[in-house]
This record gives sequence, structure tokens and C-alpha cells, in this order.
Amino acid sequence: MHPDVVVVGAGIIGAACAQALKARGLDVLVLDRHGPASGTSSAGEGNVLVSDKEPGPELDLALASRELWPDLGADAEWEEKGGLVVATTPEAAEPLKAFAAAQRAAGIDACELTPQEALSHEPHLNPDITAAVHYLQDAQLNPVKATKALLRGIRIINAEVSTTDGRSVTTSDGVISCGAVVNATGPWARNFGVNVLPRRGVVLVTTPIPGTIRHKVYDADYVGAVASGDADLQTSGVVESTQAGTVLIGSSRQRKGFDDTIESKVLKALARKAIALFPMLTDVPVMRAYGGFRPYAPDHLPIIGEDPRTPGLWHATGHEGAGVGLAPATGRLLAELLTGATPLVDPHPFRVDRPEVMV
Amino acid sequence: MVDSEPEAGGQFLRGRAKFEHRGVTHLKNTEAWLVEDRTLHLRGPKQLHFDALVIATGAYDRPLPFPGWDGPGVITAGAAQALAKQGVTLAERVIVAGTGPFLLPVATALLDLGATLVGVYEASSPTRWLRESKAVLANRHKIAELASYRKVLSHLETRTAVIAKHGDRVTVAKLDRHWRPVSHRTEHADLVCIGHGFLPRTDLVPNAKRTNDFLDVDERQQTSIPGVYAAGEVTGIGGADLAEAEGIIAGAAAAHQEPPARALEAVRKGRLFAQALARAHAIQPGWQTWLNPDTTVCRCEKVSLQDLSDATSMRELKLTSRVAMGRCQGRICARNAAELTGIPFDGQRRVIAVPIPLGELAALPEEPS
Repeated sequence: MHPDVVVVGAGIIGAACAQALKARGLDVLVLDRHGPASGTSSAGEGNVLVSDKEPGPELDLALASRELWPDLGADAEWEEKGGLVVATTPEAAEPLKAFAAAQRAAGIDACELTPQEALSHEPHLNPDITAAVHYLQDAQLNPVKATKALLRGIRIINAEVSTTDGRSVTTSDGVISCGAVVNATGPWARNFGVNVLPRRGVVLVTTPIPGTIRHKVYDADYVGAVASGDADLQTSGVVESTQAGTVLIGSSRQRKGFDDTIESKVLKALARKAIALFPMLTDVPVMRAYGGFRPYAPDHLPIIGEDPRTPGLWHATGHEGAGVGLAPATGRLLAELLTGATPLVDPHPFRVDRPEVMV
Repeated sequence: MVDSEPEAGGQFLRGRAKFEHRGVTHLKNTEAWLVEDRTLHLRGPKQLHFDALVIATGAYDRPLPFPGWDGPGVITAGAAQALAKQGVTLAERVIVAGTGPFLLPVATALLDLGATLVGVYEASSPTRWLRESKAVLANRHKIAELASYRKVLSHLETRTAVIAKHGDRVTVAKLDRHWRPVSHRTEHADLVCIGHGFLPRTDLVPNAKRTNDFLDVDERQQTSIPGVYAAGEVTGIGGADLAEAEGIIAGAAAAHQEPPARALEAVRKGRLFAQALARAHAIQPGWQTWLNPDTTVCRCEKVSLQDLSDATSMRELKLTSRVAMGRCQGRICARNAAELTGIPFDGQRRVIAVPIPLGELAALPEEPS
């Protein structure tokens, strides 16, 4: 066995890399210690968002991905539900409108709504909101189904990789030599030499209330929470329903290593912020909570490219909470760089050789 | 004492227990939903801060699926017993089916309410008990207990199971030792009560170590979490006397006292019986042949056998088929789905033990001080 490329990690990013490499004729082997989408990818909401990104390299990657997903995610409950971002205080209204105006200039479909119009889109929304922007491109999919769809026809072996020199990987089942290695291990990517830290998130799931909430609805302060580098708990109201009628409630961010204990203060903060957006949720029971670890890069940009210290070792990680949304373009960019093709977006901002990334 | 029931006695005594003890505050109709360090979160929301915690949350029936099990006229044996204890007459013609000695008191209770007992079907073979002489000799009182069920013993058929129900037509099969049907006949019954063993209610301590779902405890009933003890069916199924003895030990240990020697001896003997029971009535894989492709596996999300996808983990299976994602959160179906697909059962870590309205979560105190 001597594959052209070994992809370490069968999450959404590893799967997208494997798919793009295979599409360019390379022989690809995927390794994962647990199986497809068993870590971060299945611990989120499956969001494909453009609304939460300011103009810049990450938005370019998101827009490129957004174009690719409808074909790739057709069998993965792809739903163009749209996002509704709302300001909940008078002070938050103008910054939200200015943020949306800058996004519009960068090619995003961001439609300013009056609070009354927002209520006609989401009848149970808190009528006290002060501003709203409707993002038609925001979408959602089932991340496990999407990962499996990308991995169709690609060999996967259940094995844990301990080390790699870019030309081979040492696994729990022996050494596999190959042409190149892709580190797509998400929050565990630090084991292969890049500065990625786990950033904890928790999601609450309610009993089904089909049809009550139609869009992904979130508080405009979410963007600030995502961009923060603080290790302490940050929460922001993010509410959406799934095709099964359950409502998913996020979002929390906390840096505390791989500690996965559920804390009541996180549950409280999530519940309060969800009720602030949708008062009717007060009496709706939560039947489950789940959490995961986002791969956090300190400068908030994905890491996509070859490691200058270890030729043959490529990284595709650091997508924090946006991995599902950024996956197809990440896979494509990595495959284009690895095969010497013209990249679909400027790869420079995502290079490995960044001061915050090299460790 | 935090009790989800209106009166003491749990599932077994159903309010017929006379519990009163000075120094014990009995919180009735109160559900606990989260253990966070040394805080027990209750519905309300309320918090109790503890130095020691005893988990005695019991177990619930495991039903094995078969065509028609999700339709009218099929309930768990535990539900039947609960209703019978409230004096509810459920049906005229009843069948009790599954495995384990618990079927006998359920059948007796239904018979006492005037039901016509069509049959009591035990899937395992009684000869399995012949290998368990040590456990039987140490627990002779269990044989005496059997005598109290003599009214229903004449209706007992072993190596027999209900494998389908359509209206009042019930398919009753003779099984081989792997529980594969070898022949079948039709009986008529309005109600089939099923119980294929039990699953423990361990959601409050999702990180505690366990073996075959049941909590591991040391000789003082302490779980793998210091200061958290467990007693009764959460540690294994062995009957009320074993549960009571475990409770005595857990209570003493939690209070830093030496447990009574009698209780320790009762637990030692009772565990022999519990282990023998687990072996003699172990679920055999032949039950998987009772299902058709369109037989429901998960009732909450209406997932049938043919909907179960190829997966390597429970999480992957759940997120691709929606099995175990509904109201019961896999309490009924997850174990069965794991066996049907060959996926290792991971104990289903549920971090919220009972559904709790968002308004209650929002009203939690800032810090559980």
C-alpha cells in the first residue's frame, strides 16, 4: 500500500480534502481513530454561513464553498433556510447595518429588514428587536451525511496516527508510506506542529416544535464572540430548527483544553439568550445537550498549505466553528496547491508560515 | 431524599412503603437532572449541595422489537405492573412475554385483577439455571419466592416468545437456544406485556465507570466518582432484597460509618444471584431475526430496521438515521439499534437526565455556590 496522499482525520475537512484530491486523479487513503465525522464535525449544527464573516480572506473562502456545497451536499439534507441576524439593543442596530453594508459591497446577499418585516419572517421573534438583516445565502446540512457523501469511494482505515515525516505516517497498525500527508485533525492538529487549540462549544436541543422557527436566527453580538480571543466563557444567542422539528440553541465558546464537563452556567447563559430572541421558548423542554471542540487558531484564520519545515506534510485545520461552511473550498484549495494547479482563492492568508501558527 | 414519585416505594412498592424517618427530608415529586461537582440540580430549579450522594434511580424495562410491538396493545411489563398496582384493569386476554423472573409477578398481578392469562412466555431455557447451583444454594429464599407465583407457573412456557402482533392475532414462536424461531402458532390476546431484562437509569453520572451499562461500585457501594455511591438496580438486577442491602451499605458508607455485617453478607450472596440471573437470562442474538425490514426500531423518530445506515459509531448512526434522537433519547431503542447494526454500544452519555424547560435553565443561579 503506497497511496499518493494519506489524509489524517475523517471529519468534514479531511473528507473534503480527500474528495478534491481524488477528483484530481490521486490515490487517497483516509485514516481516523474513530470513523467519519466522529469529532468536531458532528458536534455542531451543520451551518454553511456567510452572514457572520466580514469582508476578507475567510469570506472569500466561504463564498467559494457556498458555490460548491449545493452539488456536493445534495444527499445531505441541504437546506437554503437563510439567516436572520438581529440587534437586540438600540446601540447594536447601527453596527449591524454597517457590517451588512460592508458585506453587500463584498458580494453578499444581505437584506436589511425593519423589525416588522423580520417578524413576518419569524412570527415568534421578540418584537423588541431594533434591527434585522436577512442573509439569503446562509444554509444548513447534515454534517455526518455530508462527510460520508464526500468520502464515497474513498478508502478509510480506523487507525490513530502518532507521527509523520511528510512521506509516511506511523499508525497504531504500523507505518504507511505515501507521497504526501494531510493533517486534517481539527482541534487535535497541534500534535502535528501547528498552533491549534480546542475551543469548547455546547448546543442545547429541544423537543420537536415543527414550523415554529424557520431561519437560523442569531444575535448580532455573535460576530464579536466569534472574533474574541478570550479564553473565558462567551455566549451569544443562536437559534434554529432542524428538519426533525427540534430547535438547536447555541452558542458558547470557552477555552479549557479538552475538558468536556457540562457546566450549568453555560446552560443558563444559552437558555437566557435563546429566550431573549424567542420568548415562546421559555416553556419548551430541552431534551439533550451536546458539546464539542472547535479547532481554534489564535489569529482566527484557517491553516491551509504545506508545512515549510516538513516537506510533504500539508495542513488543513483551524476552521474553528466554520469548518462545515468552509470545507469544499478548503479541500479544493489544498488539492490545487498540492498538484500545482491555479488556486481558486488567494492561498497566502492561509499559509502555515504565520507567527501565531508555527509552534 | 429526592424522589421523582409522589410517595416513597419507587417502582417496586409503588407508594405502599411507609417511609418516615426523623432527620430525613423527603422531597416528593422532585426530579434531579444534573450532578455538577458537589451540587445536585433539581427541577424548579433548585440545588442541593452534598458531601456524599447516593444514586438509587433504578432501572427500566428493555423491550425487544418485533412486527407490531409499536402498535396498540403492547406495553412493557413494568408499565403493566405499575398500572396493575393502581388497580387498573387493562384487558381481558393478556400475554406476558420476555425473559427473567420479573415476568411472574407481573402475570400474577394481572391474573389477580381478573384478566385471562393466555400465556407467560420465557425466551430462555430453564436448564440454564442448572449451571447456577452455587447462586441458587446461596439464595434459597428466591425458590420460596417462586412458590408465591404458583398460580401463573402453569401458564409458563419456556424457550417461547411473542415474535409478531397484528390486531389481536399474536404470533407465538418456539425458540432454539439462540432465540431463533423454530416453529410458531397463533394466539389471540388484547394485550401483550413485554420485558427483556432491564436497563439502568444512570444518566445523572454519565462519566461513572460501568460494565454492561450497570454502574461499577466498590465494597462500600462507591462508584468511580469519589463521594458518589450507587445502590439497587443501577448496579445490577438482583431483586428487592439485594437492592435494600446495597442501600444500607451505601447509606452507612456515605455517612462514614461501618456497614452492618449482615448487609455485606446479603450483598455478597445477592450478587451471586444477580450474576447468575444475568447469565441465565442473557439476551440471545436470534431476536434480531424476529424483525422485518419495515419493523420499527425507534418509536419516537419512526426509524425502521431498513433505515439503519452503515455506521461505525453510535453518533454516526444516530445522525444519519435519527434513531435514538427523539423524546426517549435512545433509552428504549439505542441498545437494540446497536445490536442490530453491530456497532459497539457506548452507554449513551446523556448530560441532561430529564427534559427541562428553557425557562428553568435560564433561572439557574449564577454560580452553584
